[in-house]
Amino acid sequence: MGRRVLVTGLGTFWGGRVAQTLEKDPSVELIVGLDTTDPTVKLERTEFVRADQSYSILSRIVRATQVDTILHTFLVVDSTRMSGRALHEVNVIGTMNLLAAAGAPDSSVRHLVVKSSTLVYGASHRDPTWFSEDTARSTSARTRVERSLLEVEGYLRDFAQDCPQVTVAILRFANVLGTDIVTPITKALSLPVVPYIFGFDPLVQFVEEDDVIRSLEYVMGRDLPGAYNVVGDGRLPWSEVVKMVGKRLWPLPPYFTAASATPLTRMGVLELPDEVIALLRFGRGVDNTRLKRAGFEYRFTTAGAVDSFRKSQRLRKVLRPRPEYTYERDVEAFFRHSPAVVRPDIS
Amino acid sequence: MDPRPVCNAKFDPGAQAGGAGGAGGGWESVASVVVAGGRPSGEARRSTSLVPLPSPAPDPEPLPNPRLGDVDEWGRSERMRSVARRLYDPVYRHWFRAEWDGLDKIPRHGGALLVANHAGAIPSDAPVIMHGIETELDRPVYGLADYLFRTVPVVGTMWARAGGVPAHPDNAYRLLRQQDQLVLVFPEGTKGTGKLYKDRYQLRRFGRGGFVEIAMRAGVPIVPIAVVGAEESMPILWKSAAIAKATRLPYFPLTANMLAFGPLLGPVVYFPAKFKLTVLDPVTIDVPPDQDRYSRSRIMDVSEGIRHSLQQALLTMLAERNSVWFG
Repeated sequence: MGRRVLVTGLGTFWGGRVAQTLEKDPSVELIVGLDTTDPTVKLERTEFVRADQSYSILSRIVRATQVDTILHTFLVVDSTRMSGRALHEVNVIGTMNLLAAAGAPDSSVRHLVVKSSTLVYGASHRDPTWFSEDTARSTSARTRVERSLLEVEGYLRDFAQDCPQVTVAILRFANVLGTDIVTPITKALSLPVVPYIFGFDPLVQFVEEDDVIRSLEYVMGRDLPGAYNVVGDGRLPWSEVVKMVGKRLWPLPPYFTAASATPLTRMGVLELPDEVIALLRFGRGVDNTRLKRAGFEYRFTTAGAVDSFRKSQRLRKVLRPRPEYTYERDVEAFFRHSPAVVRPDIS
Repeated sequence: MDPRPVCNAKFDPGAQAGGAGGAGGGWESVASVVVAGGRPSGEARRSTSLVPLPSPAPDPEPLPNPRLGDVDEWGRSERMRSVARRLYDPVYRHWFRAEWDGLDKIPRHGGALLVANHAGAIPSDAPVIMHGIETELDRPVYGLADYLFRTVPVVGTMWARAGGVPAHPDNAYRLLRQQDQLVLVFPEGTKGTGKLYKDRYQLRRFGRGGFVEIAMRAGVPIVPIAVVGAEESMPILWKSAAIAKATRLPYFPLTANMLAFGPLLGPVVYFPAKFKLTVLDPVTIDVPPDQDRYSRSRIMDVSEGIRHSLQQALLTMLAERNSVWFG
C-alpha cells in the first residue's frame, strides 16, 4: 500500500505545485487536496475538497481517507493576502483543527510536514548574522503574521511531544523567488525601479521555487522530525540583488518609511508590510546546515535563485503570461470518476 | 580579477559549520543522529546511523553562485575595506603615528579574540587597531561593536562594509571557531568610551565577562592590547544624561574637540594624540571548547585577570610617556 497524503492549501502555489509533484510519484497512492479556493494548477489524480478556512471538517476527512501523511502548506506568510484577523483564523485556528484531526486516538496520521517561514526569526538590529533553528528571536514579534506563525510553531512543538507516533517536521522557508510565485518581494523586484530604504543595504537570502518543492517532498518521505531552515547558500546585499535583476534603486526615507510609502501602497504599486520593511532595513540570515546534513541537496544558492528569477522575468517580457488554468468541478469529476474514462491501472 | 572562487568558499556555511548543531536537547537530538550518516566525508560513520539514509555524492560540485559584488556573509566588502584602508592610512601614519609593540604576539593563523581598552567619545582605537593589524600582518580583523550602529542609516552600512560585525555571541563564535578569524572586542563597551576625561585610562568593568566565555567556547586564545592615545584624541568634558535619555543614545557628550573645532567638525576631527599599542601575552584558557556552560566564577576570574594585566600595562605605558602628542 502506497502513501496516502493530504495536502492543505491546494489552491496556493505551494500546495498546488507539491500535489503536482506527488502525482508523478508512484509510491503515493492517494492525494487529497484541501482548500477554500479552487486549485490554480492542473492536477491529474488529486482529489480536491473545498473546505472552510479553519478546516473544521478535517477530522472527518482524515478518518474517511485514512491518510498517513499531512502536508500543511496552508500557512499564510504573506500578510498582504488577507486581513490580520483572517490570517489568524487560517494560520492558528486552521492548524489547531488540523492537529486535532491528526492527533485523534484512532488517527492514521504518522507524518506531518508544515510549511512555516523564516519570519519566525524576525528581523531586527539585535539579530545575530546567522540564525540556526534553535536561536531565539532577539525581539518580540510585532507583526500579526509573525505572531501567528510563532503560535503555530508552539502548538506544533506541543503536538510533537503529545503524539510521539507522529513525526512533525517544520520547514522554515526564506523568501521564495522563482517563475511562478508572487510575493511582495517579487512584486518589488518587478517594478521598473526597486525601492530600498536609504542608508540601509541589508543582507538578504532567497530560496528557489524548485528547492522549495523538492525540500517539501524530501522531508515528507523521511523520518526527519524538528525544524529545518530552507534557504539557498549565501547572503546578498539588497543592492546587489537589484543589480542582478537589472533594475535601478529608488530610495525610501529611513524614517517614517511605512508612512511615506503609503501613497504607493494605496495605489497598489507596491506592497510594503511591516515585516518586509524590517527585512529591507536589517536583513536576515538563516543557517541551512541542518537540512543539508539530513542529506538534502540544494540546486540553487541565494545568488542562483536571484539569477533564475532574472531569467524568468526576461522570459515574461517576451511571452505573455500563460492562460490561467481554471478549475471546473464537473469536468474534473468526470475525468476522475466517470467509468467512460479509460484510466491506466495504478495499483 | 574574479573574486568568485573566494566568495564561494566563504559563502558555503555547510563547509564551515563544524559544530553548529548538537547543543540542547529534544528536537535537535534527532538531527545530530542524522549528522552521522549525512556528512559527505562520513564513510566510517555511516554504520552508526539509526535510520538508513541515502549516501550523498562523494564530492558535490559547487552550485553556481553568480555574484556581482564581493560583500561577504558579515557584510564586509574587501573592495570597500581596501578603499577605507587607503583613505585611512595617512591618518594612521601621520596623524596618530601609531606605534606597535609586540605585534608578533598576534597569531598569524587561526582564530584569536583581541581585547583592548576603549576610549574617545567616538572611539578612535577600533580603526587604528584594525588598520594596524590588517596592514602589518595582512590578516582581516572583524570588529565587534554595539548593534545600535545598525539602526543608523548610512553609518551602519558603511561600518558593516568596513569589517564591523554586531556584537552577538553567535557571531563571535562563528567567526572564531568556524572561520578562524581575528575578532576584536572591547569588553568595556560604551562604558569605556563614555567616561569623562578625568577618568582616563581607568578601565571600567569588563561587562559580565562574556568575551571570556566566547573564547572558551571557541577554544581560542585571548590577546589583550593596551592602547594609549585614544583617550586624548577625543576627550569627553561633560555628558548630558537628559539628552542621552531623550535621544536613546548610550551617552551624549560634550567633547574638547567640539569646543576646539566647533559643532560641525568637532564630532569628526580627532586631536593628533600619539598612539602607542602594546600587545600583551596571549591568554589561553585551559577548558574544552563547545561546552553548554562554563563556570561563571572561572569566567569572572579570567576576565578580572585580563582586566588587571591590561590596567597594569596601561599604567606602565603612561609612566614612560613623555608627551601626549609625541609619545
